[in-house]
Amino acid sequence: MHKKMKLKVKTALPIYLMMLPGLIYLLFNNYIPIAGIFIAFKKLDWSKGIFGSQWTGFDNFTYLFKTKDAFIMTRNTVLYNVVFIILGIVCSVTVAILLNEIRGKLSKKLYQSLILLPYLMSMVVVSYLAYALLSNETGFINNTILKALGIQPISWYQEKNYWPVILTIVNIWKGVGFSSIVYLSTIVGISPEYYEAARLDGAGKWQQIKRITLPLLLPVIITLFILSIGGMFRSDFGLFYLVPRNSGSLYSVTQTIDTYVYRALMTQGNISMSSAAGVYQSVVGFILILAANGLVKKFDKESSLF
Amino acid sequence: MNYKGDKQLQLIAHIVMVFLSACALFPFLLLVGASFTEEKAAILNGFSIIPSKLGFGAYEYIFQEFATIGRAYLITIIVTIIGTVLSVSITTLMAYGLTKQVPGVKVLNFLLVFTMLFNGGLVPTYYVYTNLLHIQDTIWALIIPGLLMNAFNVILVKNYFRTSIPGELIESAKIDGAGEVKVLVRIVLPLSLPILATIGITSAISYWNDWTNGLYYLTNPKLFSIQTVLNKINENAQFLANNSDKVMANVDTSSLPTVTMRMAMAVLGILPIVCIYPFFQKFFIKGITIGAVKG
Repeated sequence: MHKKMKLKVKTALPIYLMMLPGLIYLLFNNYIPIAGIFIAFKKLDWSKGIFGSQWTGFDNFTYLFKTKDAFIMTRNTVLYNVVFIILGIVCSVTVAILLNEIRGKLSKKLYQSLILLPYLMSMVVVSYLAYALLSNETGFINNTILKALGIQPISWYQEKNYWPVILTIVNIWKGVGFSSIVYLSTIVGISPEYYEAARLDGAGKWQQIKRITLPLLLPVIITLFILSIGGMFRSDFGLFYLVPRNSGSLYSVTQTIDTYVYRALMTQGNISMSSAAGVYQSVVGFILILAANGLVKKFDKESSLF
Repeated sequence: MNYKGDKQLQLIAHIVMVFLSACALFPFLLLVGASFTEEKAAILNGFSIIPSKLGFGAYEYIFQEFATIGRAYLITIIVTIIGTVLSVSITTLMAYGLTKQVPGVKVLNFLLVFTMLFNGGLVPTYYVYTNLLHIQDTIWALIIPGLLMNAFNVILVKNYFRTSIPGELIESAKIDGAGEVKVLVRIVLPLSLPILATIGITSAISYWNDWTNGLYYLTNPKLFSIQTVLNKINENAQFLANNSDKVMANVDTSSLPTVTMRMAMAVLGILPIVCIYPFFQKFFIKGITIGAVKG
């Protein structure tokens, strides 16, 4: 028995050593920060340090939820996610179905490469591309499109009404190539026998899409939909911070939890509010993911995250 | 037969896809066009795909400041290479370990998956890296935070090891006296090249594109990557002039081609990715597909 234990340790030791770098990384990158959540329950006083500062219980949170910011950033984060998720599914499923119909191998590949290109760009680059279109003085839209239509130039970076639409377009533009590939891989996997049988029964292409492709895609759509609900409290920091060029007059429609956390910490130095908002996001996000995963498990056990 | 509906669908599919491809491409063409426009013409007529007046002032200016741009390129390349190599190694080792039935492996697996569900947020993470590990204003600030290993990739590689590498092969190697390291290097890795290429490419793209670490942890312009420089120019068009190595006492900064120079900088930031895109595209699409099957 003793010898067996020794043997087990001897064979297990190299395995542990292999995992050591990864585990150390998890410790510093993930678990110490998780432990650091206690900062949100303190009134930070630099003269006393992080550990010496006074505990304040939920004061930071009560204060945060009394501000208008809490409502605005929650509303924006959730609403943008709702629009992105629904429109994202509609667009990428449509693109996937159309791509699948295209027979020419070369043209199919070309279309796919082109619509995937935006996905490879950093948000910084995307913000430059948006600026080339939207700049008040030199942008393409003001100088070419609006001029041709005889419409006065619009100060895009000052007018908040347009931004929900602009951000949605940018998000879909950047992501549709990626998410359509996911659906396309499912469509490609559908057995050709179904389509053959349908053809023999005289069903046209539209009928085949309606009666075969869409119903067989539905489980994947539902699964990905539920899983994305788990991410409803997260937002793409770059999209909401860089693309509107950090313009103050747009904050009411571009502020999300992530931009708030960053601005509170880095520009206002308000660590209490920043960390409280961060914990708020993590905790609600955690509950959402657990709920979403539970739902997926009921619906399709194979696809659940854990 | 329904040839009619079929033809109709083909036509619609092509029309829609041509339109979408054009939408995807248009901003890039506009950017390139704008960067080759003469500064005054750009200010007067705005940006367009075909320059209203051809000019190379933006690029001439950038090449004068090549010390800054060249360094940023170098930093980006170094960070991408070191980061990708480290990331792939750590991810692979972790994934391989998790496929073994060693005591406590279930707990370790849970610790990994849990990081996908819950995180400490920006504030504690920021303090760990600045006050505990002190990596601010070092090149490690661009390599370590957030990017080095993620649970998703580990799970991807782990599942690949489980499903695509025959257990008998590993067993027979062990009977022949090979240790774990030898098994991994000689047998498992050569059979895992597709998945390693996939996570290597996604990791390289994340390093190339990352701008947040530079934003959070860097103040020293000498360490700025291309993305960070682009971000700084966004905030301040005079960034290049302010950080010039040359003595520019007599140069009037208002005469600099700031408008077209921004566009030219972005072109330089995009160029390398666009150039190698055709070569890695296959792996990249494959990676998305594998990830989607078991996410």
